[in-house]
Amino acid sequence: MKSFVKAALIVLAAFAGSLNLAVQPARALVEIDVNRGVVEPLPIAITDFLSGDDMGVKVTDVITANLQRSGLFKPVDKAAFIEKVTNPDVAPRFEDWKVVNAQALVTGRVTREADGRLKAEYRLWDTFAGKQITGEQFFTSESNWRRVAHIISDAIYKALTGEKGYFDTRVVFVDESGPKNARQKRLAIMDQDGANLRYLTKGGDLVLTPRFSPNRQEITYMSYAGGQPRVYLLQIETGQRELVGDFPGMTFAPRFSPDGQKVIMTLGRDDGNANIYAMDLRSRTTQRLTAANAIDTSPSYSPQGDRIVFTSDRAGRAQIYVMGADGSNPQRISFGDGTYSTPVWSPRGDLVAFTKQSGGDFSIGVMRPDGSGERILTTGFLNEGPTWAPNGRYLMFFREQPGGGGPKLFSIDLTGRNEQPVPTPNFASDPAWSPLLD
Amino acid sequence: MQRLATLTRNPAMIALVAGLSLAGCASKKTIPNNAADIGLGANAATPGSSQDFTVNVGDRIFFDTDSSSIRADAQQTLSRQAQWLTRYGSYRITIEGHADERGTREYNLALGARRAAATRDYLVSQGVAASRIKTISYGKERPVAVCDDISCWSQNRRAVTVLNGAGS
Repeated sequence: MKSFVKAALIVLAAFAGSLNLAVQPARALVEIDVNRGVVEPLPIAITDFLSGDDMGVKVTDVITANLQRSGLFKPVDKAAFIEKVTNPDVAPRFEDWKVVNAQALVTGRVTREADGRLKAEYRLWDTFAGKQITGEQFFTSESNWRRVAHIISDAIYKALTGEKGYFDTRVVFVDESGPKNARQKRLAIMDQDGANLRYLTKGGDLVLTPRFSPNRQEITYMSYAGGQPRVYLLQIETGQRELVGDFPGMTFAPRFSPDGQKVIMTLGRDDGNANIYAMDLRSRTTQRLTAANAIDTSPSYSPQGDRIVFTSDRAGRAQIYVMGADGSNPQRISFGDGTYSTPVWSPRGDLVAFTKQSGGDFSIGVMRPDGSGERILTTGFLNEGPTWAPNGRYLMFFREQPGGGGPKLFSIDLTGRNEQPVPTPNFASDPAWSPLLD
Repeated sequence: MQRLATLTRNPAMIALVAGLSLAGCASKKTIPNNAADIGLGANAATPGSSQDFTVNVGDRIFFDTDSSSIRADAQQTLSRQAQWLTRYGSYRITIEGHADERGTREYNLALGARRAAATRDYLVSQGVAASRIKTISYGKERPVAVCDDISCWSQNRRAVTVLNGAGS
């Protein structure tokens, strides 16, 4: 954990000098309306960051790919650029950028300090207002260059939309290899764009449903280690594994509480029912939260930690319910055709994402926590297991096509219009998106 | 023989089993050795052996979609299992509950557990001591039939009685 913090250390330094006043635009250049979508993505020119080697272009490419995938920005073709930026410290010729219809412009530079660290600087310009919107510089070790590119992407996203970004994040998921009736599953972690993939388990045990702790250093997941299906904690950097609790049956479907102090999960009881328990990680005390003669599973806390959304078949088939964090006052919130499961509360608190089965199809959708406003974002043979980007604007999930052999990861925005494959080397399932790393 | 009839209606399953047999890696633990069912010599099974149990009794039952009710055909299989287990009383067993892939992962883990518990309860009602029985759910993680339609899904919604060998 210590080594991770050290390795990830990126120093943000404020600019000094006449051009360096960070000026926020009077209003966001990009208006996000999840019901209509952005009518037109904002044209943005991202010039290659100046550098003595290929690092500048590499950083630029990561930023460009991030902003393009968000669906909110349309990077202008570099071939159309008129001005060749040779000094990012002076204002660009705004007219040249307005001509190519770039409403925003990014310039920057990557250099190396005497001690070997990278120094990355960027400036974001409003070409029509003719002024700098923001500018920052970062110092970091060379191995962190992708993180710097993601942090700059987040800063641009925030400056232009008024909302937090989601690029400096990671995804933990289940890597799947081998034939379907002898599938090997491993926990894997990667950047949200698929880079820096690393395996966290070796594949000897069946592992499922990894989820991040709020501090991003830990994962809770389910493993069949020793032939006993149970919930574990895993320290990402050290690989240290720890059993969560000592329950008399299968534990599964774990998630952290928003403060990271509890793991909430399901205990399969001897009578075939499944109930929800919360375990305090410090005191090791457990609290039973549901007692229905039913399957109660897939619990997920609200961001304030005061409520829990979960799946139950207490009314006959799987539906979504909301109850207090102490198990009080469970209320059914899903009433559409079909069955609903895998509810996950948005980090913004405004929506619950779910998997819906109806008419032989599996859909990913969202509804408000009171059950109103249900919207389906994608439907098909199998779409399952949504997880929220930390800004609550995007979801990742896994999809399997008939005859496709196995599942793959996809992301989709809340309009449902911007769907993107998430690259993984093998089949992949059970994605969980981390909070912003910051 | 009922089991034979079931299998002959499903070429995919026969092909799967045949493939495993040819490869010589049929696992007695999780995959039934159905050599007898495809004409490779049923009577060779030693009475009281795991092969006898799998071939002549039937080690698995099937469920309707999203259900853990023990069907009439499954009751017959479980009654045979209970008789066999009563006769060969030193075996301990693990009942594996499984679901098809037409459900979400966590719900299916719970559904598999419920199927395993229902199967255990039926065997106990037929006289098998509960202390001999363990249950485990694999949800949709361990399909035996791998096509993408109902002919496979119906075979994956199952509870399999696995012999753990003679208990001490």
